[in-house]
Amino acid sequence: MVLSALAALILTSKGWPNVRDTFFDWQAFKDAFPDVLDGFWLDIKIFVLVEIAVLILGLIVALVRSSRAPAFFPFRMLAATYTDIFRGVPVILVVYLIGFGIPALELSGVPSDPVVLGGIALALSYAAYVAEVYRAGIDSIHPGQTSAALSLGLTPNQSRRYVVLPQAVRRVIPPLLNDFIALQKDVALVSILGPLEAFRVAQIEASSTFNYTPLLAAAVLYLAVTVPMARIVDRVTARDRLLRSAGAPV
Amino acid sequence: MSAAAPVLEVQGVTKAYGGVAVLRGVDLAVREHEAVALIGASGSGKSTLLRCIDLLEEIDDGDVLLDGEVITDPSVDPVEARRRLAMVFQAFNLFPHLTVLQNVLLAPSRAHGMQRDEATESARELLARFGLGERDGDYPDRLSGGQQQRVALVRALATRPRALLLDEITSALDPELVGEVLEVVRELKSEGMTMLIATHEMGFARDVADEICFLHEGRIIERGGPARVLSEPERPETQRFLRRLLSAGRV
Repeated sequence: MVLSALAALILTSKGWPNVRDTFFDWQAFKDAFPDVLDGFWLDIKIFVLVEIAVLILGLIVALVRSSRAPAFFPFRMLAATYTDIFRGVPVILVVYLIGFGIPALELSGVPSDPVVLGGIALALSYAAYVAEVYRAGIDSIHPGQTSAALSLGLTPNQSRRYVVLPQAVRRVIPPLLNDFIALQKDVALVSILGPLEAFRVAQIEASSTFNYTPLLAAAVLYLAVTVPMARIVDRVTARDRLLRSAGAPV
Repeated sequence: MSAAAPVLEVQGVTKAYGGVAVLRGVDLAVREHEAVALIGASGSGKSTLLRCIDLLEEIDDGDVLLDGEVITDPSVDPVEARRRLAMVFQAFNLFPHLTVLQNVLLAPSRAHGMQRDEATESARELLARFGLGERDGDYPDRLSGGQQQRVALVRALATRPRALLLDEITSALDPELVGEVLEVVRELKSEGMTMLIATHEMGFARDVADEICFLHEGRIIERGGPARVLSEPERPETQRFLRRLLSAGRV
């Protein structure tokens, strides 16, 4: 009901014919789509590589932060500072700072490819979030699990690897997938640095034809990836709940 | 038996958590093939003592000796010492992401350097012996509490420990499941397993233990043969503790 009222309101508004022509032009959509799709492949590539980097870096940071050994104290501080900074600064700023700041240093051997720099910026930002997700998972495992592992003669590292981490990772898969979705969208921020990814391509087409429909094409492509991912999250979460409710004493 | 050197020895062990003294100087010895039962109210320090012996907690003062070696010495690798002991917990602490067989196999194959085939064979044998042969592919949450605790016992035995530390292993069980777990411990006792058993089951302690130690506010204030300690306790604290259990129908 609300939706149809909203639709009626929009369709009867004075500016609707104008909006329809500049945003929902079927011909412009068809013209722009192949180029935007081309750009979108770059998004996918960035996304996959960055996601892998995020999963690894985030895990390392989480392991350092949840370590107890006194010798690790400086590393714990470092990891805490890292997560504080990169979670606290907007992703768009990190992309700017790394994308424009690092090449400006004119250091040899440092990558200057905007795709690489943008990817690094995204990885650093998202790994800070994912590290906290992992850490929450590690902290949620009952200390009795570690006691049992140690009492059986496993080393502290073996206890983490074979007992705590497998359970922790399983528990945080739903929130991790949510972060995947957010990252997938934020890949568009790399466009600030110039690479021709979907959003950038759509923007260029839009400004050359004075028609915003190409942006809609980009939006459709993003949805084509994020909506299935959201459904996967739902399914994994539901299965998880089912498994846990079937479980005996916790 | 009295000639045998103690497998486990605790000398003057103290432990405090944030200024609260839990153990105030505990002395204890468990000889080979002996079972010593630790009794005492909740909060008297039974679990803490077992955790200190298994080096899961650091003690503040005193020594823990295993086969005459001071394992609480800073130069001793705690992992190596723990490999010679095994503990079973009140809450089972099975690994929920591993099957019964994997639970039992993890330590022998990863920590004790046993060949996988050999470890698997002896794990299956142990599981079968304690009536769990059919369940080796199941995950722990499919098992009853009694079955889970028997798996935990098998998991501990699979590491071939010098001594077993049992921390109120029946306290989390429904009453009708207690018997099957205690049966396993009785069988282990008859085979000569050396054990230190924290328990609230006085009837069981009377049957199985060679010695009973009553722990009160972090000290063992009475000890002796089970018949003597349980039937004619000398200390008023022991008498009060046993009376309370009696009125709760637990003796």
